[in-house]
Amino acid sequence: MDSKFNITVRNCDLYYGDAHALKNVNIDVEESEVTALIGPSGCGKSTFLRMLNRMNDLVEDCRITGEIKIGEQNIYDKGTDVALLRKNVGMVFQKPNPFPMSVYDNIAFAPRTFGVWRRSKLDNIVESSLRQAGLWDEAKDRLRKNAMGLSGGQQQRLCIARALAADPKILLMDEPTSALDPISTGIIEDLINELKANYTIVIVTHNMQQATRISDKTAVFLLGEIIEFGKTESVFTNPKDKRTENYITGRFG
Amino acid sequence: MKTNAHKRQVLKYVVCKLIAQAALFVSLVALVIVMVFVLLRGVPHINMQFLFGEYSIRAPSIKPALMGTLYLIVISLVVAAPIGIGSAIFLAEYTNSKSRLVRLIRIAVETLAGIPSIVYGIFGYLVFVVALGFGYSFIGGGLTLAIMILPVIVRSTEESLLAVPRSLREGSFALGSSKVRTIFSVVLPCAANGIVTSLILAVGRVVSESAVLILTIGMVVDIVPKNFTSAGTSLALAVYGFSQRYPEQAAATGAVLLVLVVAINILATLLGKVFGKGELVDG
Repeated sequence: MDSKFNITVRNCDLYYGDAHALKNVNIDVEESEVTALIGPSGCGKSTFLRMLNRMNDLVEDCRITGEIKIGEQNIYDKGTDVALLRKNVGMVFQKPNPFPMSVYDNIAFAPRTFGVWRRSKLDNIVESSLRQAGLWDEAKDRLRKNAMGLSGGQQQRLCIARALAADPKILLMDEPTSALDPISTGIIEDLINELKANYTIVIVTHNMQQATRISDKTAVFLLGEIIEFGKTESVFTNPKDKRTENYITGRFG
Repeated sequence: MKTNAHKRQVLKYVVCKLIAQAALFVSLVALVIVMVFVLLRGVPHINMQFLFGEYSIRAPSIKPALMGTLYLIVISLVVAAPIGIGSAIFLAEYTNSKSRLVRLIRIAVETLAGIPSIVYGIFGYLVFVVALGFGYSFIGGGLTLAIMILPVIVRSTEESLLAVPRSLREGSFALGSSKVRTIFSVVLPCAANGIVTSLILAVGRVVSESAVLILTIGMVVDIVPKNFTSAGTSLALAVYGFSQRYPEQAAATGAVLLVLVVAINILATLLGKVFGKGELVDG
């Protein structure tokens, strides 16, 4: 993969069987920015997100046309190494999904996949990933305990640490705080603000305050289209599209 | 004020409840009578000589039958577990559950599970004992039992695999894991308890099976088997074997068998509880 990790999407359409889920999507995601995807349920935000690390490959009769580039590489080219793509493009899911194994083994999962087995090296990766995810102090004494014993908010930070351990360049987050209480949500939002220095972040959120708090740019999805994309501030204070205004003022969605 | 309609409702409720209670009572009593009868008749005749002593005409022992049962468990599990678990992995992870072929395979597996065991017995006799020339032997009986428990293992293993939440598979794929790594490092460990439970239940089937063995391992009650090609007997078969000449020993063998099967089922239930305890709770 190239050394640049900006995302360029051009004329992209996605179909689930006959359903046209994404319609002529165009967007540019710059490096080291947080891009928020907002819009009503079922409008294609998550589908779009899962297109960027090819998670939609797991869905049968999902068809994609158009161009999706990360750096200079079209990620849907035949020769694309999907494993390497997913290593570079980490993902955090809506519900925390730690593996039912120890905290340590969760974090070490991706490094082991990519051939890191030396204990000292793994120890370093585990510690630095947990520190980045702000979980080290809480987890350092229970690295060998099952991760399922952590609270929901801790589990989600563990999942972030697990994604960071793969050393990604881009982080995709699919409503990472929707299953969490306000305090855990605050912690994760602070974390996103810290992480954006080193990672390009694309985050789906239903919480518009959250989008204004954490994102640099915002894309508004409606029925599979991006109806507005721009600086978060201008999207929220001065929307160009009437439908955006209706959505952010709560008139539908 | 109670209306007539209300009274009728109450009456119906009470009658239905009584009928259900009576049915439960009868089935429990039947079970208890069988267990108490077998234990009362059998336990007084159980002693060290009977369990582990050398077999003699005056004091028959079940050492040959215990060894035989062990042989059968080992052979049938060594053969059926890898094949059964492999098939279940294929069905659960590599096929689309709606495809016609998979539905056909599933119907075939269900049918196999429903075939009377004596039919497996005659199959084993004709194929392993006669056609392949194994003669009456543990290997012939064990292979036949392996075929018989295969559908049990496939079905319950597949269920355990399908019970592993999709979110864990996605989590693994999203970290760049291959399908094989996902199956071996995430899905199988999560399903391990369920798989082990299914293997234990399969052992229960092996231990309690008799019809298959009458036709495949011969009924040599008095010699401890030397190896897998020996003829011999199992606990269940020994009950039948003893019943004519040694009714007391038959009852004692029955008691041993009963205790063994109950123990196996308790073990499976305990493991099932560990399995159900929420390691797999989604989210």
